[in-house]
Amino acid sequence: MIPRIHEVFSRQELRDSKKRPVVAITGIGVITALGAGVSENWRALIAGRSGLRRITRFPTDGLKSNVAGTVDYIVPAPASSVSRSVAMAIEAASEAIVQARIGSPGRFPGPLFVATPPAELEWAHLLQLYGVNNGSGSTGYSQLLTAGRSGRWSHLRSTLRFASPAEILAVRFGTQGQPVTLCTACASGTSSIQLGMEAIRRGAAQSALCIGADGTVHPEGMIRFSLLSALSTHNDPPEKASRPFARDRNGFVIAEGAGALVLENYSVARARGARILGIVSGCGEKADDYHRTRSRPDGTAMIGAVQNALDDAAVEPEEIDYINAHGTGTPENDRMEHLSLRAVLGDRLDRTPISSNKSMIGHTLIAAGAVEAVFSLMTIGTGTLPPTINHDVPDPEIELDVVPNVKREGKVRNVLSNSFGFGGQNVCAVFAAEPQ
Amino acid sequence: MPLGEHEVWITGLGLISSLGDGWQAHMRALANHRREPVIEEKRFAPCVVHPLCDVDFSGLIPKRTDRNQMGRWQLIGVHAAGLALKDAGVAGQAALLDRTDLCVAAGNGERDIATDARILATVSEHRDPERALATILPLELRPTLYLGQLSNLLAGNISIVHKTTGSSRTFKGEEMAGVSAIEDAVQRIRYGERDLFLVGGALNAEREDLLLGYEIDGALWHGGHRSVWARTGLGGMCPGSMGAFLVLERREHAEARGARPYARIASVLSDRCDRSPGMATQQGLGFCEALAMQAEGKPLPVFSGASGVEPILTEERNFLQEIGSRGCLPVVRAYGSLIGHGVEAHFPAGMALAALAVSGLTQLAAFDAMENERTINETPERALVTAFGHWRGEALALVEAVL
Repeated sequence: MIPRIHEVFSRQELRDSKKRPVVAITGIGVITALGAGVSENWRALIAGRSGLRRITRFPTDGLKSNVAGTVDYIVPAPASSVSRSVAMAIEAASEAIVQARIGSPGRFPGPLFVATPPAELEWAHLLQLYGVNNGSGSTGYSQLLTAGRSGRWSHLRSTLRFASPAEILAVRFGTQGQPVTLCTACASGTSSIQLGMEAIRRGAAQSALCIGADGTVHPEGMIRFSLLSALSTHNDPPEKASRPFARDRNGFVIAEGAGALVLENYSVARARGARILGIVSGCGEKADDYHRTRSRPDGTAMIGAVQNALDDAAVEPEEIDYINAHGTGTPENDRMEHLSLRAVLGDRLDRTPISSNKSMIGHTLIAAGAVEAVFSLMTIGTGTLPPTINHDVPDPEIELDVVPNVKREGKVRNVLSNSFGFGGQNVCAVFAAEPQ
Repeated sequence: MPLGEHEVWITGLGLISSLGDGWQAHMRALANHRREPVIEEKRFAPCVVHPLCDVDFSGLIPKRTDRNQMGRWQLIGVHAAGLALKDAGVAGQAALLDRTDLCVAAGNGERDIATDARILATVSEHRDPERALATILPLELRPTLYLGQLSNLLAGNISIVHKTTGSSRTFKGEEMAGVSAIEDAVQRIRYGERDLFLVGGALNAEREDLLLGYEIDGALWHGGHRSVWARTGLGGMCPGSMGAFLVLERREHAEARGARPYARIASVLSDRCDRSPGMATQQGLGFCEALAMQAEGKPLPVFSGASGVEPILTEERNFLQEIGSRGCLPVVRAYGSLIGHGVEAHFPAGMALAALAVSGLTQLAAFDAMENERTINETPERALVTAFGHWRGEALALVEAVL
């Protein structure tokens, strides 16, 4: 009997130590405040250049923080965080797909996993809606509802429907099956990669398009985090606002961006002659039950996520050559991230360089995990460790080699990338060089 | 066990809606021919909503500080999650909870309507409203507000209140959020990756900010309440407050701890199409073919998640008629006629009702004169659940009795 093609194929398929298909990355794309595209971003990042700047999109008179990592060269219509996020997602995904040379134009041969910010009406929209009926005698939401009912605002649908970004991207790139939209707060980008990895490991897909995008620098977006005392108030100069792991850090800098990755079954990618940028060797997650915005003081959940990622990837702590930190620059995050890494890596941590891309691009929130995955792969591919800038005053309680201020060269096979979010979200990923 | 063939059992149900608190109230409603929906037609006129039943949240969310941190959407969800955990015998079991994975379907939480109204009134008077916003917003908004709005904070609050600390994944996308949440859990169990899940969603329909979004979307039904099948015309959705959570478990895991199943999830299929005429109908028929269901000549309960919004309503009706002509005897129950549309929570609610039906815990009275009057006297062995999203996404699930 002649064996069927998939049986022949499965015998030759490269499997990891847990007998699962190896998951490769064959395309990456990114857009941040530093610019559009991987090469422009990478040049700026290893040069230690900050993309953070004074906000000009809206007045900031009453705000304690007025610096952000805005992506101002994309001006979608209608202006909204959702449309900005979608526009950036399209840029990043296009770059990743072109690099991967996968599928055909308008037909990506796998599913879509996309992390997006809230779909909601912003104040500009509310004011427009409110203004239409002024003088009618009604007030508040009654007035808004009357306007909403008029049918004149249906162009705002794409801003309001949660499935809309995924739908637009699925149509644009011709992904297969039901697109999945997810949110694990500031860990979302990493979750999108995790779901893609799982689909390929199961054999349910041979490729996946994983995207994280966030364009929520708008007045309420700023104020939300400001009221939670999460934002840096080091406004002058703007490029010094983000100070991860430094003693004088006092918050993160909100930023915009998108990261996209093409994941593929390693053997399928090899068979079609694709260039392998690296592999996703594992992901780990652990939920925290302590507080809505703070992690358990003993670090249980963060430690669990790091440990689960190493276990899933089947790598030992000493095999981690570099850590792409969550490193937001809030007093709480950086302290807890250090504590958790110390618990898992022990003394080995003293010899493991760790840096925070957020010192230059700010915190791209929903997109962060995907954006930083792209930079993790560039670190593996180039052997250059991007620095943590603005590291002028080390925190004596955080004993880490943060690659302070200046890039460094080094051989990097395995990168641990951390993502932690409000609501007890902790997701970590291990990226590795192509198996030899 | 061959890859991808672990059995997925439903071992816990948590359901709250306008009909009552707990699955028992829903069981009684399903069996009652004369059960009328609970509706609120005045408060949000011309919109119709199904208000949540009276409930004391302090029972399952004992700490006042927890309750004060949540919006009503979160309270409903955390309550329903607590019902499901209790029902499955998982509540209070620290070791089990520490590896319970959460899959939550969510939209946005609620805004503070009074605050928004005050800000709009003040700011719209200004010559430079944008500048006025910058000074007024920081004074008016409160830190807790955002935590009530964030999509993943329903999951966050469930972890805090019920101590579920495995993983936590929140899915979005209207009706497909509920489908994605259940599909993700089912896959992870089926492939032996994880054992125990708490899956579901919640909706607070009684909020102007939610209604505003769906008004702009053109999705809401105006006028008196009627069956979803009778809502021909503009809009069609009557949102219903509800919380629906399921405990899903790998069969061997459930057996080892002596947990009894309501049902097994045989399959969940989903996809999208561009909704050109006939496409969604074909999509549904394709799902049926993939399920390879034999026409047994026995009545097949179909829990339809129809929202009432056209043109997808007609597509789904055509789909149901077509499977009827292919030898199945569909007994259709569009549960949205009775409890309203739960958007993200709607598919989990349908799965819970289907589980009750095949478990033999309820009979299936027709709750709508538009639906065929076929009733089922013996316990069905299987049931379908449909999710034809009000604007995008189609899904079909097959739920089977564990005999």
